[in-house]
Amino acid sequence: MSGDLVLQIILTVAAGLVGVGLYGALSQQSIVMIMMGLELALNGVLLAGGAAWYFLAPQRPDAQMLIVVTLVVMAVEMAMGFAVTIAIYRTRQVDMVDMAADLKG
Amino acid sequence: MSEVLPQPATSVSAWGLAPAVLAVVTAGLLLGLVFAAVDRAIVTGRGFRAGGEPLRSSARLLLEQPRTTLAPDRLLWRVGGATVLVTAVLAVAVVPLGERTLWSTSADLVWFNAMEALLWAAVWLVGWGPNSLHALVGGYRFLAQGLAYELPLMFSLIGVGVAAGSLRTTDVVAAQSGLWFVVTMPVAFVVFVASASAFAFWGPFAAPAGADIAGGVTSELSGVDRLLVSAGRAVFLGVTAAMSVALFLGGQSGPWLPGFGWYALKTVAVIVALVWCGRRLPVLRPDRTVEVAWTVLVPVTLLQTLVVSVLVLSGFYA
Amino acid sequence: MAELSGWAIGAVAALGVTAIGMGIAVFSVDSMARATFALLGSFLAVAGILLVFDLVYLAVVTALMMTIEMAIMAVFMIMFMMNPAGLMPMSMVHNKRGSAGAGAVVFIVLVIGVWTVDWPTRDGQPPADSTRQLGEAIMGSHMLVMLVIGVALLATILAGTVLATARGRYDRFGADLRATRPDDPVGGGLRR
Repeated sequence: MSGDLVLQIILTVAAGLVGVGLYGALSQQSIVMIMMGLELALNGVLLAGGAAWYFLAPQRPDAQMLIVVTLVVMAVEMAMGFAVTIAIYRTRQVDMVDMAADLKG
Repeated sequence: MSEVLPQPATSVSAWGLAPAVLAVVTAGLLLGLVFAAVDRAIVTGRGFRAGGEPLRSSARLLLEQPRTTLAPDRLLWRVGGATVLVTAVLAVAVVPLGERTLWSTSADLVWFNAMEALLWAAVWLVGWGPNSLHALVGGYRFLAQGLAYELPLMFSLIGVGVAAGSLRTTDVVAAQSGLWFVVTMPVAFVVFVASASAFAFWGPFAAPAGADIAGGVTSELSGVDRLLVSAGRAVFLGVTAAMSVALFLGGQSGPWLPGFGWYALKTVAVIVALVWCGRRLPVLRPDRTVEVAWTVLVPVTLLQTLVVSVLVLSGFYA
Repeated sequence: MAELSGWAIGAVAALGVTAIGMGIAVFSVDSMARATFALLGSFLAVAGILLVFDLVYLAVVTALMMTIEMAIMAVFMIMFMMNPAGLMPMSMVHNKRGSAGAGAVVFIVLVIGVWTVDWPTRDGQPPADSTRQLGEAIMGSHMLVMLVIGVALLATILAGTVLATARGRYDRFGADLRATRPDDPVGGGLRR
């Protein structure tokens, strides 16, 4: 199996993860579930970064750095998301984004 | 995959795949048995006669009729219970037995840490699964306790990696040929062994399985599930004692006995010391250990890592 | 040509299917605890694929970090959501068709890009030690990235704590900040 074909298949899997994550992030009402969708999309980015390192440029550390940065972004997003969820819950007793649409329009 | 020029010493390359896996699994279970036997011997004060008790209770648990609760989450419950023992045995893969680990990757120490993190999530699952109040309370106590010990444990492992210049266990053992690491990083050694009892919720950190919540995460376990979780705890404690010997006490080095004899002797000594100290302390409350861990242990382990880094830069370990 | 052996490709395929299957399970199961651990399963599958690529350190760090994150997420999930055990069927979605459409469109665009781009040839062999390559990059050529990450994480810690706690220092030490001991509802272990 040529390396190109394997790379393309793995990137398709990563695209699938991004698509499913995007669906979750847009469709869910609860903040925690939205964050899970975003995490899934970043999971796809993680996979794509690993495939890019192995199949395209294994002599350069750039793709590994991309993976490290993605992991950090996941951690930051989760921490801030939970902090915001707690803050909203404290004031409004809800955790759904439909009730947090103050900036809309 | 990629070519590695000098092959690191793995037991797979020396003994073949199946014998190496069998040896590693047996060693893990044996370490757990030794820990449980020493624990029984010291707690009951009856010495060697109490050492056979773990085998008897294992046989009893295998034959016990399993109980269940109302509407448990069976999938998560079983997965959690099995994961406790599986991660314990997987952690043995990076412990050097006979100077060889089952596999030797460039991130062995992080693998050990990852297995312990999976155990952390698995014990919560064991608390969540049975749909029982006491088990859930125990699971949440264990999560809080995990937040306490996780960072100091990671910093001690980082100190070891920095001093050895590598995350590979065989490199760490080789780097101690001049001087054992426990001499230059005693705090890391103590934290490492103490966090073993914390992530196995044993001894002073047994609040998740405490008597005040009817046994906590272990309250609804019965039969084979109970055996798996108890065995997993004991194996993890024994394996961490063996790992601490490899990481801090020089592995197999010693004057007269053959290498493996010294390794076994040191492991048993660490286990006896751990059980002796652990059984003399009262059970600590997780909300108190969290504050102590974050305000005392994290700065202390950071300072320890700083000392180790300064020693590395000054060429002490070269 | 990348030399992945036959069983390595099979393992990657199986893990890829697992990752996507678990990802779909996140949004289709009723039990919130199962959704969280399905997401963890997806992450562990991707970590397995990274292991096949000889990115050992990154694979193990991904598994470690994501396990801890998912356990914390389980706590929040059960704290906030009303059907944590999935004992009754539940579906809390809005704009289901629109978001499915958006997800499908993004997937199709990415797939078209993946299969039509002229991928460059591989630039050399993987190094003997990918961990060392990453370590040398972090401490050498890409140190700016690590500095920025460090500051960003510090800012996150501070911002998260400020947002999450309801009590500030005036609640803890009194209106004139003169109390000797903080007035916390749960006493810690240090008796400060």
